[in-house]
Amino acid sequence: MTARQKRLMYIIAGLVGLSMAVGLVLYALKSNVSLYFTPTQVFNKEAPQGRSFRIGGLVEAGSVVRDQGGLSVRFRITDTQKSLTVVYKGILPDLFKEGKGVVAQGKMEADGMMHADEVLAKHDENYMPPEAADAIKRAEAAKAAASGVPVAK
Amino acid sequence: MNWAEFFYMGGRGVYVWGAYGVTFLVFAIEIALVRHKRSLTLRQVRELREAGE
Amino acid sequence: MAINWFKYSAPSTFYGLAGKLIPWFALPAAVLFVIGLYIGFFIAPTDAVQGEAYRIIFIHVPASILSMFLYLIMAGYAALGLIFNTRLSSMMASAIAPTGALFAFISLWTGALWGKPMWGAWWVWDARLTSELILLFLYFGFISLHASIDDPRRADRAAALLAVVGSVNVPIIYFSVKWWNTLHQGSTIKFTGTSMHVAMQQAMFITLVACWLYAIAVALTRVRSIILERERHTKWVADLAEVKA
Repeated sequence: MTARQKRLMYIIAGLVGLSMAVGLVLYALKSNVSLYFTPTQVFNKEAPQGRSFRIGGLVEAGSVVRDQGGLSVRFRITDTQKSLTVVYKGILPDLFKEGKGVVAQGKMEADGMMHADEVLAKHDENYMPPEAADAIKRAEAAKAAASGVPVAK
Repeated sequence: MNWAEFFYMGGRGVYVWGAYGVTFLVFAIEIALVRHKRSLTLRQVRELREAGE
Repeated sequence: MAINWFKYSAPSTFYGLAGKLIPWFALPAAVLFVIGLYIGFFIAPTDAVQGEAYRIIFIHVPASILSMFLYLIMAGYAALGLIFNTRLSSMMASAIAPTGALFAFISLWTGALWGKPMWGAWWVWDARLTSELILLFLYFGFISLHASIDDPRRADRAAALLAVVGSVNVPIIYFSVKWWNTLHQGSTIKFTGTSMHVAMQQAMFITLVACWLYAIAVALTRVRSIILERERHTKWVADLAEVKA
């Protein structure tokens, strides 16, 4: 074996070893690498108990209730399977909307609700002008009307 | 669209111009550094040549 | 047509070739930035969800793409230098690293300025943001490791190993939004196409090409200095017109 082949072998061995190491670390950390838990995971007790964590999903349509006068707001986060009530006191991001993505950080309290100290909005990777967005909404509504299923939103 | 509106960016001017401003600032810095490095290296090589003669 | 490619792998010939090529990258880069940003700001429509703030995308996405591709190219050159002991490829790796780090920084900076108004946070420790930060650190690691070893050939080898090993981070960045729950949205540009309005797409594509040309022009300028420095004791350097002058 020439010196060059030997060197190449070392590099390949190093790469394989490292990618395995990284793969294993990521596998071990799997639950921690994800930024948030889904409501279903919370119901299955996969989320940490008694300490702060993040929960992510969609803001359930029609669930947002603002406190009269105060800054406090209450809404439900859903992953379409399960949903969970979040109480939050503070300023909501502009993109916070019913039916849109949201990530809230806080603790589950005895009242069965998450008391959040941070609420972040999550948007998708689609970019289009308002007219196009309206056209899509109309098309969806027409399709839903034709099939007899009401649309959320 | 008038200019005031353009710079206002729907209330997001600080973020949008902060992003583009810093980007082109670091481009300018990198270009200046790379050119400075070139003249510096050329000078060193010239000195070396003169010393060798 | 017979082009002798090996001829250009010699630093002495590449030095001259790079010098001729630089303006052909630098000038189109400047022109395309102007055209791309003109389309981005004056022709591309307002976004339905994000309003005007989305216009950060025209620099954010190209910078992120460049930061990842430049890393792979740098690691590729470094690996070539490691395996075949070619001097020029190691020099190219060193020339690309600072520009790659710069694009990683721009990606993080513009991302923070976009995240604050849209998500409500400058920074979150989600997988996409964290792996991009690791990329920036890998660039820093490459540059500082190379600088810390006096013997240039040994420095090349040590830094190359770091670059090659670190390249596993690049697919992690790209697929992070698929593999884990992240706050960062999915990729706008996928292998199957884009999810964007046409004018937005054009603006982003043009600024992406501009970033590529810029990066090539800067890296070529830098590699010429590196070549001169490392070959300063050779006759061809002493015979250069710009050295004699």
